[in-house]
Amino acid sequence: MFEIFGIPSTALFGQLLIGLINGSFYALLSLGLAVIFGMLNVINFAHCAQYMMGAFAAFLLLNLTGLGYWGALIVAPILVGIFGIIVERCLLQWLYKLDHLYGLLLTFGLVLIIEGVARNFYGSAGLPYTMPESLQGGQNLGFMFLPNYRAWVIVASLTVCLATWFVIERTRLGAYLRAATENPTLVRAFGINVPLMITLTYGFGVALAAFAGVMAAPIYNVSPQMGSSLIIVVFAVVVIGGMGSIMGAIVTGFGLGIVEGLTKVFFPEASNTVIFVIMAIVLLVRPAGLFGRRA
Amino acid sequence: MLDVRSPLLSVKNLQSWYGESHILHGVSFDVHQGEVVTLLGRNGAGKTTTLKSIMGIVGQRSGAVTFEGRELIGLASNQVARAGIALCPEERGIFASLTVEENLMLPPEVKKGGLSLDTIFELFPNLKERLGSSQGTKLSGGEQQMLAIARILRTGARMLLLDEPTEGLAPVIIQQIGKTIRTLKQQGFTILLVEQNFRFASTVADRYYVMENGRVAESFARADLDANLEKLHEYLGV
Repeated sequence: MFEIFGIPSTALFGQLLIGLINGSFYALLSLGLAVIFGMLNVINFAHCAQYMMGAFAAFLLLNLTGLGYWGALIVAPILVGIFGIIVERCLLQWLYKLDHLYGLLLTFGLVLIIEGVARNFYGSAGLPYTMPESLQGGQNLGFMFLPNYRAWVIVASLTVCLATWFVIERTRLGAYLRAATENPTLVRAFGINVPLMITLTYGFGVALAAFAGVMAAPIYNVSPQMGSSLIIVVFAVVVIGGMGSIMGAIVTGFGLGIVEGLTKVFFPEASNTVIFVIMAIVLLVRPAGLFGRRA
Repeated sequence: MLDVRSPLLSVKNLQSWYGESHILHGVSFDVHQGEVVTLLGRNGAGKTTTLKSIMGIVGQRSGAVTFEGRELIGLASNQVARAGIALCPEERGIFASLTVEENLMLPPEVKKGGLSLDTIFELFPNLKERLGSSQGTKLSGGEQQMLAIARILRTGARMLLLDEPTEGLAPVIIQQIGKTIRTLKQQGFTILLVEQNFRFASTVADRYYVMENGRVAESFARADLDANLEKLHEYLGV
């Protein structure tokens, strides 16, 4: 064991790892929020509840149908994504022409309903979800111990984030999305079914949240309020990265996870507030966010 | 001028509204296959709204818009585009978050037989040079206008709605756009052009409709232009 700035290396790397794990979830969730905000102009407060639904779907799939972690990683996002599509068609689509506040209020109401239903049936104590066997154990890297599951979370999150970025910024489908974000009327007049694209985008963003929820299930408790404790930080991440910026959401997500982890090592008292301090500074210096375009 | 063929695009008693305001009060005109037809009129006469109403991007509309014998009035704008009509909007509509190439390739193919990229670059040599440019909106106004026209030629739509393509451009670029429109006509495109620039319109159009207060007030063919010049000046206030 050696020391860095008077801190034992295991503690430093341990917190760095926790920071990266948290960052993986921040990035996945803020990415979904950014995609949804860009296309729908809706601040999807229900994101945290949809993340929780992903974890619950994994739990229920395992206990009711026997479908394990890997199956749930695919099926749960699809199920929750379909739920998102129903929400968009029935409720959200009527709000696009109104102020952001209406979307925020509606999705906040959805959170209360979804969390209430989950609490009613499963209580708030939290349910256990076992790690898949293939990812149990870990590697001793010499300077620290790396649990396999945590390594998987980081790699999977990074892969999904970068794949999403690639599709949006580098493909033809992504060009439709970006163009429709700017001028939906004209894109539609070119022959593209923009309302369908909006619905699918919301479904995809919601599925991303559910995917994060499944990945979180073995690490955190599966509980009705597991998302609410995360959502405020995730919103701060989105504000810091810049509303609607894809790369901004990914980089700030991971970056702030790491900053939070390091703060826990060097100045533990500030670890819960450091993200909000950064948010305040960013808002003062660059109101559009680190990666945001000025409107 | 008597034309016995049935028109390619026929607009009858077209009315449209933006919210509470009633903009078009029964617009009727025809465009035949291979023609260049110009809508003239002052600001606010309803020219742009007419194009938008054909395309299906106004709040509410009634009347009849038939294209190739098919009624379009109930269709959403993406379905109108798929029928083979393409719009080049007044504000050009170049996307800032897309590269020049992405802007050019954006509109999907709606029919077979769109112009190839090579043909498009023959029409607009400058565009080929600017293809690598990072942002569509970094082009000059003239280049943006050419890009806005070029991208709808790829789609296979044979009916083009061009909304003031010369607005705010230098004379040399206006000439180039005029040349392009004549070339497109030779290639069999049908064009409905909205213009304030009467002098430009007179170099490309086969027929004119003059609009006033959301109605068609007058129509005449190219050959009758000189006879109607005085009346036209009165309508346009020039």
